[in-house]
Amino acid sequence: MSEQTLRKLPLRILPPALLATRRGALGGKESVHVVERHARAYRHQWVMLVSGFFEPLFYLLSIGVGLGELVGKVQFAGMSVGFTSFVAPALLATSAMNGAVLDSTFNVFFRLKYAKLYDSALATPMRSGDLALGEISWALIRGGLYACAFMVVMLAMGLVHSAWAVLAVPTALLIGFAFASVGMAATTFMKSWQHFEFILLATLPMFLFSATFYPLSVYPRPVQILVDVTPLYQGIAILRGLTLGVVTPGLLWHALYLAVLGVAGLALASRRISRLLLK
Amino acid sequence: MPAPDILVRAHELTKRFGQFTAVDAISFELRQGEAFGFLGPNGAGKSSTMRMIGCVSPPTGGELSILGMDPVADGPAIRSRLGVVPQEDTLDVELTVRENLLIYGRYFGLPRAVIADRTDRLLDFVQLTERGNDQVEPLSGGMKRRLTIARSLINDPEILLLDEPTTGLDPQARHVVWDRLFRLKQQGVTLILTTHYMDEAEQLCDRLVVMDGGKIAAEGSPRELIDQYSSAEVLELRFHPSEHDQAAEKLRDVPAERMEVLADRVLLYVPDGDAALAAAGDLGLEPLTSLVRRSTLEDVFLRLTGRRLED
Amino acid sequence: MSAPAVWQRQPAVEPAAAGARRVPGPVVMALREFRFWLVNYRRTWKGTIYSSVLNPVLYLGAMGLGLGKLVDQHGQLGRLGGVSYLVFLAPGLLAAAAMETAMGESTYPVLGSVKWLKTYYAAAAAPLRPRDIFHGHLMFTTMRLIMNCAIFLVVMSAFGAVKSAWVLAALPVAVLTGLAFAAPIEAFAITRDKDSSFAALFRFGMIPMFLFSGTFFPVSQLPAWIRPLAYVTPLWHGVALCRSLSLGTADLAGSLVHVGYLLALAAIGIAVGQRTYRRRLYV
Repeated sequence: MSEQTLRKLPLRILPPALLATRRGALGGKESVHVVERHARAYRHQWVMLVSGFFEPLFYLLSIGVGLGELVGKVQFAGMSVGFTSFVAPALLATSAMNGAVLDSTFNVFFRLKYAKLYDSALATPMRSGDLALGEISWALIRGGLYACAFMVVMLAMGLVHSAWAVLAVPTALLIGFAFASVGMAATTFMKSWQHFEFILLATLPMFLFSATFYPLSVYPRPVQILVDVTPLYQGIAILRGLTLGVVTPGLLWHALYLAVLGVAGLALASRRISRLLLK
Repeated sequence: MPAPDILVRAHELTKRFGQFTAVDAISFELRQGEAFGFLGPNGAGKSSTMRMIGCVSPPTGGELSILGMDPVADGPAIRSRLGVVPQEDTLDVELTVRENLLIYGRYFGLPRAVIADRTDRLLDFVQLTERGNDQVEPLSGGMKRRLTIARSLINDPEILLLDEPTTGLDPQARHVVWDRLFRLKQQGVTLILTTHYMDEAEQLCDRLVVMDGGKIAAEGSPRELIDQYSSAEVLELRFHPSEHDQAAEKLRDVPAERMEVLADRVLLYVPDGDAALAAAGDLGLEPLTSLVRRSTLEDVFLRLTGRRLED
Repeated sequence: MSAPAVWQRQPAVEPAAAGARRVPGPVVMALREFRFWLVNYRRTWKGTIYSSVLNPVLYLGAMGLGLGKLVDQHGQLGRLGGVSYLVFLAPGLLAAAAMETAMGESTYPVLGSVKWLKTYYAAAAAPLRPRDIFHGHLMFTTMRLIMNCAIFLVVMSAFGAVKSAWVLAALPVAVLTGLAFAAPIEAFAITRDKDSSFAALFRFGMIPMFLFSGTFFPVSQLPAWIRPLAYVTPLWHGVALCRSLSLGTADLAGSLVHVGYLLALAAIGIAVGQRTYRRRLYV
């Protein structure tokens, strides 16, 4: 087939309506206006924005002075690691998850159902893909700021043991991307605030059991496999490897897992927003 | 090739939601510079039609062309030239009045300088200049509506879509909105509006269609519709509830073009209301209240559909 | 067309109707508001039961058993009063769960009733006085506390995290801990117009308390200068008393101090709440 026919092909197979929704289904540069809107809105409540950083910090301090003393050292990849150093990367991953989930579920639901933000945006040249990508970009910008601040605290507390840790912030963004996309897609299926109980039902067990507080090896084999497939564990595995300096090619698989999850979630979210609002 | 001044052309336009047909094969054309209205009760299919014109609702059947383009394929291109005032205000309550215009303008990809310049003029136009830096939430209903109208004008639209622009406003606020819309019309902006207020339709529309059950029941200017479907005058009589039915029965002897018996009133469509009132008195009827008035679009609607507009 | 049915006022001659016009006592009034919350709760109770059961199961499983294994191996049990980490942690989590329930019930639902749903105004238009509305909601909060704490105690016993039968007394103590939060916070929540201060309350009040008031590790591990701050938090009093009851180490004088402190906070909250509810609902 010549290049010419190839280029014409989709036009012939797909009706124009479908093409139109496909174009920009993952969002384009217009999504920056959503970020602009949120940045404006948060100017009026910057305390809320800043306070988001303190939650993971409180957890880190509590573990540093409290649990760290009680637990002592943890065995990880054949090394003896201080408990706080062991948990800190997991807290960074969890905070990236929680931040992304909060932004992409509660806040998106409010904007979708109550503030009607997307209705008004869709009366303009903006597309549903731009909205989805814009929301996720905002969640990532916010999460990125928190991750940077958290890394500074980790450095100050002597919890960073390898130069690979420079990749920790990008990894936190990847974790945020995966959870924000999936969270946003999930939100489009929610009908009332009661359904948000399910979100906590998913994130809390992940936080508690994804090898956050102790090595995966304490679990029996079947549980290990179960934990291994959770997205939070993937993120924790990468971050822990980076900050403790145990870097293997296997970490790339974890990263790929999160990237695929994120893209799939984004595509689903954008389609669902179209379905909900363009009816 | 359509005439160049036709902005919206609908042919057998249909919208179905599952089994329910909201818009049932309607056809109409909208010319540049006119104010075109969809009049009908709640559920007549007005908002669905508006959403299709606004390119946020793909038609299920028929043809629709807006500014010479296809709303499904060219949604963003068409929307960049439309202004939309939705039925419920969708203002951003987390932003100030000015910021609402700024962000909305950015959605159109307008440069900040252009938005800033238009914002000053638009806030002046809708009389909100002093509230520019205030939050949106404490504004009154009328102010919010005016802000929504200002917002819809930020991209200097060729067509302005208004879905029930004054529903829920107090009489004074409605008149302010009407005044602003009238000025826009004078400036040559093409208006499409839906309403279930006949006075609104009479005030603003050059031409309107009466919609009921998803179909167009009649089309014309307000004057034409009244002349065609109603009498010159209407006599409204109200009786004590216990005498209502009996009195209605007796009134059939009064010569009239038409009579409507409502739950609380009896309407007589006559050339001369005072004469009809005298005739009713001759029959020994004693209404609690009586009113002689000119025919309105409400009467047209009652005639066409057998139902009232504002139920 | 037929005329619409005409509504007619009932003449108030029957004794029942006349009785409805007499203003009843404060408990009956508060019960009316309580009943309103109860009817609402009928729609959502199932979901809340899931989380009431799952929360303790997850936390006791992950922290008590999982992390507890590492703690117990490390041989720091002396710091925990010679018991396993699970036994140490469970009563602390009980008090913390009471705090969480109380904060959840006393923030958004209160603001929602006055601002978004406006059900408080509907109640105030009936013979209920603002204080009745306040007391009615506190009753409902108390009921939720009893439910959640009782479930927690059952789960805790199932985990074998209880040392003494005195743990039964931890139920009222945990409920009281919850009320020491609920009453003052409801009194505060009714004065709000936006929910942004709640986020701050959760982030800078609830979470630091949860983490530093002796739930997960003894307060004695905190630096000396910060310990007094932990001792004034209501959660620490709740945790300390629940723990001493669960371990069977409670003494009368200490217990009375804890109970007195929590009672005082709840009483102050109720006194202030009666005023703030009045100020908000009768403007």
